[in-house]
Amino acid sequence: MSSKDLDAVARRQLVGIAETWYDQFTEGRIPSVTLPTRTKQNIEYDEASEVWKYGERGTTRTANSEKSALHILKMAYVIGFLKQQLQESRSSTLREMYYISEGWKRAKFSAQDESNMLVEDLEIITELSREAFHLRPEEDGASVYGPLRLKETTKRGVRDIHCQQDVGEAGYPIPNNVENIEFVEHDAKFIIAMETGGMYARLMENGFDEEHDAILVHLKGQPARSTRRMLRRMNQDLGLPVVIFTDGDPWSYRIYASVAYGSIKAAHMSEILATPAAQFIGVQPSDISDYNLPSDKLTEGDIAALKSELTDPRFDTEYWRRQIKLQLEMGLKSEQQAFASRGLDFVTKEYLPARLGEMGIL
Amino acid sequence: MALAEKLAAQQRSISVAEFFEKNKHLLGFDSPTRGIITTIKEAVDNSLDACEEAEVLPDIFVSIVKTEKDVLRIAVEDNGPGILPEKVPFVFGKLLYGSRFHQIRQSRGQQGIGISAAVLYAQLTTGIPAKVWSRTDAREPAHLFELMIKTEKNEPEILRHEEVEWDRTHGTRIEIEFTGTMAAKKRLIDYLRYTAVVNPHARIQADIDGEFYSFDRGSEEVITPPEAIAPHPHGIEFGTLKRMASVSSDDVETFLINSFSRLGKKSAEQMLSIAGIKGTRKAKGLSAEQLKVLLDAMQTVNVPPPPASLCLSPIGEEMIVQGLEKEFQMDFVRARTRKAQVFSGHPFIVETALGYGGKLDSEGQGQLLRFANRVPLLYQQGACAITNAVSEVNWKAYNLSQQGLPTGPVLILVHVASTNVPFTSESKDAVAAIPEIEREIVLALQDLGRELKTFINKRERSKLAETRARAICSIIPDIAGKVAEIVERPIPDIAPIEGQIMRKIIARKTTRDGTVELSVHNYTRSPAELMLYLISADDAAAADQPPDFTDAFGDEFNKVWKITIEPESHWRVHYPGQGGGSLDIRGVDEKMKVVVDLDVQ
Repeated sequence: MSSKDLDAVARRQLVGIAETWYDQFTEGRIPSVTLPTRTKQNIEYDEASEVWKYGERGTTRTANSEKSALHILKMAYVIGFLKQQLQESRSSTLREMYYISEGWKRAKFSAQDESNMLVEDLEIITELSREAFHLRPEEDGASVYGPLRLKETTKRGVRDIHCQQDVGEAGYPIPNNVENIEFVEHDAKFIIAMETGGMYARLMENGFDEEHDAILVHLKGQPARSTRRMLRRMNQDLGLPVVIFTDGDPWSYRIYASVAYGSIKAAHMSEILATPAAQFIGVQPSDISDYNLPSDKLTEGDIAALKSELTDPRFDTEYWRRQIKLQLEMGLKSEQQAFASRGLDFVTKEYLPARLGEMGIL
Repeated sequence: MALAEKLAAQQRSISVAEFFEKNKHLLGFDSPTRGIITTIKEAVDNSLDACEEAEVLPDIFVSIVKTEKDVLRIAVEDNGPGILPEKVPFVFGKLLYGSRFHQIRQSRGQQGIGISAAVLYAQLTTGIPAKVWSRTDAREPAHLFELMIKTEKNEPEILRHEEVEWDRTHGTRIEIEFTGTMAAKKRLIDYLRYTAVVNPHARIQADIDGEFYSFDRGSEEVITPPEAIAPHPHGIEFGTLKRMASVSSDDVETFLINSFSRLGKKSAEQMLSIAGIKGTRKAKGLSAEQLKVLLDAMQTVNVPPPPASLCLSPIGEEMIVQGLEKEFQMDFVRARTRKAQVFSGHPFIVETALGYGGKLDSEGQGQLLRFANRVPLLYQQGACAITNAVSEVNWKAYNLSQQGLPTGPVLILVHVASTNVPFTSESKDAVAAIPEIEREIVLALQDLGRELKTFINKRERSKLAETRARAICSIIPDIAGKVAEIVERPIPDIAPIEGQIMRKIIARKTTRDGTVELSVHNYTRSPAELMLYLISADDAAAADQPPDFTDAFGDEFNKVWKITIEPESHWRVHYPGQGGGSLDIRGVDEKMKVVVDLDVQ
């Protein structure tokens, strides 16, 4: 679809919301909007797409209280703003829109969280991503390093980049809009995505990418949408398996879950953001005892997070139940870099090859 | 000399004055700041009691003046009956001298220590004698005394006594100087305010270090002084019985009937038969053993409770509410006076009040005002049975949050009136934990709590309806406008929606491009006749419906339209102008009207 057509679709969808309200007005009904409940209790596994999406549970906001009326008013202002932006072929960031709302009198946002949530609501209703509304994310994507050649359409023309030969030690930075990337060729067997910069640098320094024909991806903690979209595209378009390497604590498991299953916040985007085939490589709770890794005690917060994961439908598998229960019994957590206690090469020479073998990737 | 003899040489009796000189804290003189409050409290209590006995409306003046560094001159003056000149030295210069100690009835002062203790405290800290003015009648001269206390003998020492000119026709004034600080000023003012609350018949004025405070009368009704009653047979102690019997010249049966309250011939006979004592024997002649048996028998026979209405003087629900409303601005206030009850033979009455909202502090713990026999209790809140009882109430059941005491904009008043308030100490700061009293407090507060809950619920509902109505009237039109802009169609009519949600009468003002529009919608099911008031800078002379009445009001115009609107229809007027001002409708039930000014954002 051309970008012009895409803009027309976005505009039609947004105006459609306002039309619903207009019809409600003329029928003498109080305007309302229904959205799925955005909690982990309301996400369901979709067999067809293999990702987790919002379920049936919905909340209807009807403008018969001050709070709900204000919510709808704000939504109407955002729709009006986006419609104009699409009409004029302009774009802005979420932050910019937040500041623009200063001039909206009663409809002005009290915090950026509020406007971010509202944009997500619009994504859900229209089934479009915010990029379709010409809203750019501010967060930068992570980086890729490995035997991959791609073409990126930039504002200054098309660039042809090899992610090993044409980049520095930081790798190729993933742009905000991954749709502008075209994969040309690759020489990789799999993709390994890492939580921390330290591990990304370790694998690069040890030549892991060359030795095993791997594409290295630095997630930079909880990965941005564009990073997740990039992983999904490499997985789908290039047919490469994806493994996720994080610290061994409950927060890191959520990084894996958001890559593989989609996040609760963006469950409406799961189909384009999640990589259901992504596998968890470590650090597994069982590794802590198997490799006798240096570890820290679980904090109260960690324990609560692990317990909450036991009730999270995304972790409701045999593998995760076993690992999480084991970790709760041990009461310990370890970082990726803990493998360094057995030498700087241990992770690339021993741990990863062994695990990749087990997982049938090498 | 044997040790016992040596020791004996050092042993001697101690006068009450000497004892309290060494144990000031027992009477509430433990610190210079407390000393001031205790002194004023004792003097004011005496004044109120005296005025009550004389059946005059109390008019009390309190002053505190700094005479030199650290020395304060405290004066309390009343319009009471005054004190006979020959009695003045004893009332102020001798501890444990009083008229109320031997009587069974509610009074503020009891033991006769308070004010003379203040005199003692003054001579300890500054050595300056107390000055007392007193006049008993307009025809009598006023007398001025300068007094001190001879502590080793507990006797007054008169340093000066003369007849003087005084502008009061009757009353008493005491002036005491001692070292102290004004650190407890806030508490002192609280004390005066709380005293005014439970004594709404009193006018209290105070000049504290140059600042003037006035707590005016809330009621012109003179309080009927409670009457003394005979002791009740239940709960009387052995010593008292023995003393009473020893001074009686009657036979035992007559003694019982005459000396005790509510004790009739029938119960006297019953007691005597249980004790195995002949009713014809002289009461004086009974042995200690026999008196003990008689005392036990007196407890087993059922006797009606003491006549509380005679000896107690509760404030009354109406007066408490008046007193509280006079000193605090609240949205809700109710009081409850319980029926008289008895503990250990002493009658008592519990009164409580509950206030909510208004200008009460909405943060933190609620305010607790404790009173005993119309006297505010300021210290030792934590040790008091009243506090304990208040904490025992489950306030959450009445829609209040609670941490011990309830929190939020709440005020609780508890008054315990009794012929013998069981204080935890002589300084009379806290009520002792008597189960009967605590139970009465809890019951009274629960009763009021239920009423408060109804009030809060009702208010929440109307508040919700109010914000809903305002939101709908001002936000929905904005939504309609924006939505119309997005879909590029005319602004939809929102009147049906408003009507559907509200069923009220809505007055609205909008100013756009120099035109003011006023509209009144009647969404109710009946016709409305009302007046629309608007005060603003526009004269509205060019209105399509001119006002029925216009009045220039400074540089503003007061405009009134008389309107009749049929159900489900509306009225509208336009005129060129700048808008602003204030809008209101009258003639409509407050609950049914919504006034929306869209000029104000």
